Amino acid sequence: MKLAVSSSPHQHVRRTTDQVMRLVLYAMVPGVIAQLWFFGWGVFWQILIALVTALLTEAAVVTLRKREIGQALADYSAIVTALLLAVSLPPLLPWWMTVLGTFFAIAIVKQLYGGLGYNLFNPAMAAYVMLLISFPAAMSSWLPPADLAKHTVGFTDALQVIFSGFNSAGYDALQLRAGADGVTMATPLDMVKTQIGQGYTYTEALNHSTFNNTLWSSASAGWSWVALLYAAGGLALIQLRVISWHIPLSLLAGVAVTATILSMINGDLYASALFHWSNGAVMLGAFFIATDPVSASTTPRGRLIFGAAIGFWTVIIRTFGGYPDAIAFSVIIMNMAVPLIDYYTQPKVYGQSRTPKQKAKQQGES
Amino acid sequence: MYKQLVVEGLWKNNPALVQLLGLCPLLAVTSSVINGLGLGLATMLVLIGSNATVSIIRHWVTSAIRIPVFVMIIAAFVTIIQLLMNAYTYELYLALGIFIPLIVTNCAIIGRAEAFASKNSLPNAAFDGLMMGAGFTFILVILGGLREILGNGTLLNGAERLFGSGAEHWKITLFTTEHPFLLAILPPGAFLGMGLLIAVKNIIDKKLAEKAASKDTKTVVRARVTAES
Repeated sequence: MKLAVSSSPHQHVRRTTDQVMRLVLYAMVPGVIAQLWFFGWGVFWQILIALVTALLTEAAVVTLRKREIGQALADYSAIVTALLLAVSLPPLLPWWMTVLGTFFAIAIVKQLYGGLGYNLFNPAMAAYVMLLISFPAAMSSWLPPADLAKHTVGFTDALQVIFSGFNSAGYDALQLRAGADGVTMATPLDMVKTQIGQGYTYTEALNHSTFNNTLWSSASAGWSWVALLYAAGGLALIQLRVISWHIPLSLLAGVAVTATILSMINGDLYASALFHWSNGAVMLGAFFIATDPVSASTTPRGRLIFGAAIGFWTVIIRTFGGYPDAIAFSVIIMNMAVPLIDYYTQPKVYGQSRTPKQKAKQQGES
Repeated sequence: MYKQLVVEGLWKNNPALVQLLGLCPLLAVTSSVINGLGLGLATMLVLIGSNATVSIIRHWVTSAIRIPVFVMIIAAFVTIIQLLMNAYTYELYLALGIFIPLIVTNCAIIGRAEAFASKNSLPNAAFDGLMMGAGFTFILVILGGLREILGNGTLLNGAERLFGSGAEHWKITLFTTEHPFLLAILPPGAFLGMGLLIAVKNIIDKKLAEKAASKDTKTVVRARVTAES
């Protein structure tokens, strides 16, 4: 009898890149549906524009690089990048900004560095940062959640605003952003930041009409539901072992610890950990963005450091920086630190001593 | 010799594209064509002056003290240029600000003094300064033009700062937008633009090399020894 001899690893998950990417896409579905529900059809059009641009750009650059198009398009990575970028964009952003951002993500951040697997930075987040610093006004024009909005933006209306700047009734994006009370709405993160800047306390800011007193029954609720559903999708990914638990857990812990320390120092000036978790892109970032297998740290200990540092920077930049949200900036900052983190956190090889230094020491003793 | 200096300065050994020297002013002031051109011309004048002077004194300065001597010569020329700009192009002088005195620290200038001027005759050294300066100015203008078009939709904005009040209507407006592409004007835009320019130069060089190679390999005509059936 002849036995097959194979080398380790003996247990492995047979998953190809495109399978992993497809699972990520499925896991994002609940969050995307929540976003559609609360922020209208603009989200759908943004996703569509980004997808088309991403696929066309990928095909064009891959052709220029004389690689195989079919393979590059079939791995779904461009689609994941486009989706991550599109859900981060304000729903009524002018179409050419979305096109520009997606092109930048695929052509400059991903393909110029050598394509999938070689990019130093997370393409979606680098493109988001590019758009944010280029068009700060347009990029912070979020719609109010549907329940609170004065105008509802329909399927074709959203398309008209994105492409021409006005809907069929002649309202522009700024007018459509008005809340039920006619005052232009900001996101909760923006709101709290501005109010605290104007000398109100955190509790007073939360009592503003945007919030209707409680976190779960108002403008904030829309955001919290989106965050919650992204978290659910992310937990499913961990359960399926598509991503490891290290980065999401340490990122959320980093946010919570930093926010709690700040609010213990002065609860009037600094928002609570729950507020940070349920607003902006923390959940999306923790489960879908920071876990990007290419640009994140690759060692278990490194991932814990990577995630915790992103969480720390997010709270610090949200609180003291110029922009309301900071996941994208934090991810980009920590992407730069990944080679260093990986260098210092190489796991111990079984049967080997930890570091060459300790090895030398042991040999000296014996 | 002169032809070689032209090719070296403008293309093959371009201080900005190939030597990557003087990147600090290159990236900092190229937010418009006129700013780029102004700093480029200032740098070129300093280069000509310092190269010529270094070449004249090359037999009397011992190698042990050459660097401080070079630095003082360059600093003297930069001061002259700075005072001239202060006098005749005051608005441009204000716009370029600290980057005019910082020409002293431009490595391209001391690099040429050390590598070329201190070993060559006066006419050659002065001509090298002219060509290196022209190559540097060329890139500053191109990068400034790219960033000005993308970020502002204009070209030659503020031409009167450099060319006097007659140039006020030189400004070309290509498009107007309520959402200017700020990235192009901000520092990251300079780095991205510079990287893309270097990439374009490499592509052209590659194409030229291929062309030269295909010219060299002569097609060998073989005498047919077997008849085709």
